[in-house]
Amino acid sequence: MATELVEPTEVVVPIDSEADLIQVRRVLRTEAVRAGLSLVDQTKLVTAGSELARNILIYAGDAGGELRVEQVRSGDRQGVRATFSDNGPGIEDVEAALTDGFSTNGSLGLGLPGSRRLVDDLSIRSAKGAGTTVVIVKWRR
Amino acid sequence: MSEGVPARDDVCPIMRIGDTLLVALQGELDDATVVRIEDRLTKEVARTHATGTLIDVSGLSVVDSFIARVIARVVGMVRLLGSEAVVVGIQPAIAITLVELGVPMGHLDTALDAEQGMALLRRLRVDGNRAR
Repeated sequence: MATELVEPTEVVVPIDSEADLIQVRRVLRTEAVRAGLSLVDQTKLVTAGSELARNILIYAGDAGGELRVEQVRSGDRQGVRATFSDNGPGIEDVEAALTDGFSTNGSLGLGLPGSRRLVDDLSIRSAKGAGTTVVIVKWRR
Repeated sequence: MSEGVPARDDVCPIMRIGDTLLVALQGELDDATVVRIEDRLTKEVARTHATGTLIDVSGLSVVDSFIARVIARVVGMVRLLGSEAVVVGIQPAIAITLVELGVPMGHLDTALDAEQGMALLRRLRVDGNRAR
């Protein structure tokens, strides 16, 4: 089933500093409520978004990035789609980055695999030197 | 105007109840605020010789892996100072999220609310019988 936009508008949040994480969480919470997600699903989406935004701060550094949030629909389902894109160095091995415990910066390596467990869909588009785009979707149950 | 506005350090007040300190983490915490709370709480434990510390996280709507690690770190710091530490008030949605995210929290002493946390602290002080 094709995923289509419920409305043409999207919310954009720049991700350049730690202070932006608060806005990322706030916008995701607002859009999750608008889509009718349960409290648990709101919390999962906001937490996954917080992890992904922090990845941008850690890995993209000064290059920065942004979050785009959209209300989407697929058949009868309604949900939230959040796209995190950065202009950082990119991910060399996307498969490895999705493995629990894999980290290139000495963290626990929970960021990508952990985030994937919290949402219904997570996809990554990245190439070395060409930045990274991570798209997550959470559907209303 | 500044008088009615709490200083940033008042965002998470530290209260003293007998030999126990209670710090309530609440609202949206940015990373710098969290680190400042660590600093204040450890100094307060040392200053007051508190034998127990309750860390109340019921006011947090989101705990990501960074904030979870900070909570675990604060517990470790407080214990090094000789004070037992119990984390109370983890919201059900946050418990579900942290387990799925894979953040290890099982080594922490936790209780549902402050009242049960106080009871757990009393037991920990008596026999050091940790939950883990």
